[in-house]
Amino acid sequence: MHPPAYQHLLLSTLIWLPIGTGVLILLLGEERARLGRWLALFGSLTTLALTVPLWYGFDRASAALQFRQTLPWIPRFHALYDLGVDGISLPLVVLTAFMTVPVVIAGWRVIRERAAQYFAAFLIMEGLMLGVFCAADALLFYFFWEAMLIPMFLIIGIWGGPRRVYATLKFFLYTFLGSVFMLVALIYMYVKGGSYAIAAMQALPLTLEEQRWIFVAFLLAFAVKVPMWPVHTWLPDAHVEAPTGGSVILAAIMLKMGGYGFLRFSLPVAPDASRELDALIIVLSLIAVVYIGFVALVQQDMKKLIAYSSIAHMGFVTLGAFVVYEIVRHTGTVQGAGMGMDGAMVQMISHGLISGALFLCVGVLYDRMHSRQIADYGGVINTMPAFAAFMVLFGLANTGLPGTSGFVGEFLVIIASFRASFWYALLAAVTLMLGAAYTLWLVKRVVFGPVTSPRVAALKDLDGREFLVLGALAAAVLLVGIWPAPLLKVLQPSIQHLVTQAIATKLGAP
Amino acid sequence: MNPAADFGGLVLATPEIALAVGICALLLLDVFLGRRALTATLTLAVLALCAALTVSYAHVTTRRLLFDGLYVADELGYLLKLAGFLVLALGLLYSRAYLEQRRILRGEYYVLALTALLGIFVLISANSLLTVYLGVELLALSVYALVAFDRDSGVAAESAMKYFVLGAIASGALLYGMSLIYGLTGTLDLGEISTRLNSPSPLGVIVGLVFVVVAVGFKLGAVPFHMWLPDVYEGAPTSVTLFIGTVPKLAYFALALRLLAQGLGGTELEWSQMLVPLAVLTLIIGNVVALVQSNLKRMLAYSTIANVGFILLGFIAGTPDGYAAALYYTLVYVLVALGSFGVILLSSRRGFEADLLDDYRGLAQRDPLLALCMLLLMFSTAGVPPLVGFWAKLRIFQVLWESGHLWLVIIAAAMSVVGAYYYLRIIKLMYFDEPPAAAPTAARGGGARLALGLNALAVLALGVAPAPLLNLCARVLQ
Repeated sequence: MHPPAYQHLLLSTLIWLPIGTGVLILLLGEERARLGRWLALFGSLTTLALTVPLWYGFDRASAALQFRQTLPWIPRFHALYDLGVDGISLPLVVLTAFMTVPVVIAGWRVIRERAAQYFAAFLIMEGLMLGVFCAADALLFYFFWEAMLIPMFLIIGIWGGPRRVYATLKFFLYTFLGSVFMLVALIYMYVKGGSYAIAAMQALPLTLEEQRWIFVAFLLAFAVKVPMWPVHTWLPDAHVEAPTGGSVILAAIMLKMGGYGFLRFSLPVAPDASRELDALIIVLSLIAVVYIGFVALVQQDMKKLIAYSSIAHMGFVTLGAFVVYEIVRHTGTVQGAGMGMDGAMVQMISHGLISGALFLCVGVLYDRMHSRQIADYGGVINTMPAFAAFMVLFGLANTGLPGTSGFVGEFLVIIASFRASFWYALLAAVTLMLGAAYTLWLVKRVVFGPVTSPRVAALKDLDGREFLVLGALAAAVLLVGIWPAPLLKVLQPSIQHLVTQAIATKLGAP
Repeated sequence: MNPAADFGGLVLATPEIALAVGICALLLLDVFLGRRALTATLTLAVLALCAALTVSYAHVTTRRLLFDGLYVADELGYLLKLAGFLVLALGLLYSRAYLEQRRILRGEYYVLALTALLGIFVLISANSLLTVYLGVELLALSVYALVAFDRDSGVAAESAMKYFVLGAIASGALLYGMSLIYGLTGTLDLGEISTRLNSPSPLGVIVGLVFVVVAVGFKLGAVPFHMWLPDVYEGAPTSVTLFIGTVPKLAYFALALRLLAQGLGGTELEWSQMLVPLAVLTLIIGNVVALVQSNLKRMLAYSTIANVGFILLGFIAGTPDGYAAALYYTLVYVLVALGSFGVILLSSRRGFEADLLDDYRGLAQRDPLLALCMLLLMFSTAGVPPLVGFWAKLRIFQVLWESGHLWLVIIAAAMSVVGAYYYLRIIKLMYFDEPPAAAPTAARGGGARLALGLNALAVLALGVAPAPLLNLCARVLQ
């Protein structure tokens, strides 16, 4: 079967269209920021529209990379401009394109200072993030992975809150430090195997000693990005100080890159080291789930609370990814071992939607009251009923209520943990209680009860723009929650392939 | 072995010859006509002519020796010379308004810059210890004079004096090392020396080598021979700092390559051992001390030192690939340094040097173009893709891995994270801080600004498509 000719160009268009639009907005300058805003909306919507043929043209029976485009890039390093998506990256690509639209709309009237630069930064950012998920060459992956830091650094630093400089420097240096060691590991594998292709790295035979070092280098890069306890401390700062759009992109997509990295690099490239060190990841994940859950409970700042909740939820992702070894050890079969990874992937998509939506909700309140302190609110339902409905829905989704996307991922991961060990599952399930506690308590204090202050009494309900944004996200959350089958179907072959790679050993290979 | 200096051979040296003739003509014209603007224009004309001549040798791929083996014409030389022309021409373009405002726009400035360039060329094409020394001195003497060019400035005079005294010691060390090597091998010809030396070397050669390495370290600004560099960078007029920070680095790269890698190639084991502690110290001191600077010129001086550490790492790898990586790093560094000092020059006004970090507060709002250029340049030096500085660092890491220097890779990687902090600090000042009330607004100067924009764009373009320059660097060092 010959794929239509446009298929080769689809991913490139997805990546470069937003970047090009962003540059164009920059060139138009601040004087034409209104035009730039429309261009940004047009660019992000077109990008989203382009994911439709991607989603429907994707062959769900195959684990191979599809929509491949391969061009020589740096012949000296055998590095290719090589793009492709499989079942693991496709949902993340769609999520990225989907989440950028609300970010653009949410900033529509709120951003007045240097608006053109704001929209340009987000569009360029979108293209770079899509590049990370589409890259099939490790050097290209790293290129996008690092380039992404530049717009995010500026977004937090320019449009952020009072402590924005501290937060953005911390964010940049943390991630930069982690990534540099990943680069060193990639170079090592290039020197050894003579290729930067990710597939070649996955197939490269490595001794246990080498795998351990590579695993640790990857862990530094991805754990910071996820973020895992104890390298999570940049996230609450960055989230709190970032403008709403920045928080949404950070939570919805950038954190997913860490999880994606584990699935794309750590497990297949260093399977023996992963098997050996899986307990480390599982313990760190459980600490994130339980301890960070408690930390979230005592937060006074809404954004900080959601940030800690993100860390706890991302703990599920790493838990789901690495529990596969325990399952195999415990049950002795590979049957159903992929369930944890399925859960991890669904959890990533779902968390992207829910945390993004929650940050948008906080943004709605912040635009009106210029406060993120929980204590300043109370009884919002009386003045903003439509908003309250959305906030309650997303809050419930965050606690993992059946029928919402939050349920599917957490449920799969907990079931998988049960197969591995009762205690893992018990600890992981604690988060359901904790998550319910901190989220519902947040909703209770902000939304319900009598009106506590004249400022709350003066609040105006959602306008059409905000309603549209939150409505679209609510629809997505419910869709994934009620009917996750299409998503799981896309994941299926690639996850299966990943499980075989992860439980295979590289030690016996010639 | 020694082809006669035939007419055909002489043709290969026309860039130098044209430059020398041009210098003499400019000197005379300046004296008799005394029109500075004309001198500036003519200087650019001379540079353009020489650049055109150099380009016309792009087809010369075979290495040829001229003038009884004193001079070598090869692809590497033409590449470095072409880079030298372009960088000097751009640098003079950036400096024009600066010199005018400070009333030091004189014909001699251009003449001295051109003689320094001639010294650089002699050094680049040197194939004999004598020619090497001739080039080093011609370059150094011209630069001493340039540093003191603003004769009313006490700081400039002081740093010129410091530079001169320390530079003289380094020249002495170089000469002494050369004399030992000459005494033990009986030849000045670099090619001959390499055939007569083989590891393990006699003690005398090692002693000579130590002196040569010290001199190279001094010229490049490697720790612990870096003391002159921050003071000279800070004290000299910014246009001269731009010059010192860019074109001579090409020459000193050539010095290190021709002397150590080619002439003393037989003693590679010894000199690379000497370079390891130098490189490590250079990386650490350069990056750490830069963190606490409040003067941008001084900070860029320490950043230069840190970058020199990376260049030395390329030499430590000791393979043609390693030298190619060092060459690539040098070219990239020069391109970025040219732009960075260009930003300082274009931000300055009469009575406002723009050399303090605080002078850059809120630049993004006062002058978005300049701020964007600086943003790209700083992210490039920090080694963040998609900018070209990333590939330069990547290349160095690769060759070090290939030659098995694991610990150096890790130190260099860690230090590049430390380095990122102070580059980010500049971006923070420009983008995140509010401009002070009395800050000057965007300046005029269309041509220089356009050139600076292209300079920054080149940093981005070479970062997105790094293959051509990487290939070129590898080819000329095969």
